[in-house]
Amino acid sequence: MVQLTLPRNSQVTDGKAWPKPDGATNLVEYRIYRWNPDEGRNPRVDTYYVDRDDCGPMVLDGLIYIKNKIDPTLTFRRSCREGICGSCAMNIDGTNTLACTKGMDEVAGDVVKIYPLPHLPVVKDLVPDLTRFYAQHRSIEPWLKTTTPTPEKEWRQSHEDRAKLDGLYECILCACCSTSCPSYWWNGDRYLGPAILLQAYRWLIDSRDEATGERLDNLEDPFRLYRCHTIMNCAQACPKGLNPAKAIAEIKKMMVERRV
Amino acid sequence: MSDMRTPLAKVRGLGSAKDGTDHFWRQRVTAVANVFLISFFVILVISLQGSSYQDVVAAMGNPLVAILMLLVILSGVYHMKLGMQVIIEDYIHSEGKKVLALLGNTFFCALIGLGTLFAVLKLGFGG
Repeated sequence: MVQLTLPRNSQVTDGKAWPKPDGATNLVEYRIYRWNPDEGRNPRVDTYYVDRDDCGPMVLDGLIYIKNKIDPTLTFRRSCREGICGSCAMNIDGTNTLACTKGMDEVAGDVVKIYPLPHLPVVKDLVPDLTRFYAQHRSIEPWLKTTTPTPEKEWRQSHEDRAKLDGLYECILCACCSTSCPSYWWNGDRYLGPAILLQAYRWLIDSRDEATGERLDNLEDPFRLYRCHTIMNCAQACPKGLNPAKAIAEIKKMMVERRV
Repeated sequence: MSDMRTPLAKVRGLGSAKDGTDHFWRQRVTAVANVFLISFFVILVISLQGSSYQDVVAAMGNPLVAILMLLVILSGVYHMKLGMQVIIEDYIHSEGKKVLALLGNTFFCALIGLGTLFAVLKLGFGG
């Protein structure tokens, strides 16, 4: 059955409240999930105070401030700091989003609460294990598949067909949508989840691809595709403003179209 | 026992069932049918409110009412069976319990469906 409560060793306890920076007047409180596999203890929530006058405006700036100036053991992923790499995806203020594009001012209330992406194994602190997510992406074979010999120049595509990829190619595989989806929480081992299905659709409607039927065969499954119950958390969470639920609906339409 | 299969092997699992669209489509077809059929059923129940047994038998004796009632039951119960199957597949993860629940769902819906069909037919043919 679905497990609705956390196992005993995952229950979050109160953590350490770190001292406020000296002389700072413009402070923001951060409460951050901490867990270190080497300590053998339950996860805890630590409290930090970030000096707004000494760091940038985004939630990620505050995390970097904490790591540099207060607690170097705080662990999180980050790279591009401009919403294009997807590394800093985490649960901020109750919503999965990118720490680098979420402003501290956008957080409702006074406290910035940060947890790792939900329902994934935690590697350490805010770093989730995305191994299965990447394997699922690999399983849909996200590359151009053709049988026709490769042309001398490029595979040609009309402007209209190219436009069909808009709203799909922008996906950065941050996993915010998939880990916000209850169906993915309960059946993530068999359901591919919104991010991967959006990627699958990106290749299904690519006019240059010659493997559409095989791709549909591979997806036609009560669990891989049909666990989507249009809950729409994915579209709500996507920090790039994409709509994975619509892409999934389009795949279902293709499934019906090829048999009626 | 530790599972040493690669992540890709686990994700590919037993492969695609190449199925599910039929279930999806039938659920939609019965949903559309139910919009009309359940509306009819509600109107019928309201119009028969407070009626005697004989009145109900007379109403069911009308072939149009009886046929629509049979359709209400067929479409409604089939839609219920399909919907419950989704809920079971969503939330019950151990294979044994899942198969038992799916069997129970099918048997329950068959019993309810045939029972109500029998009742409508009996009334339709004079009570």
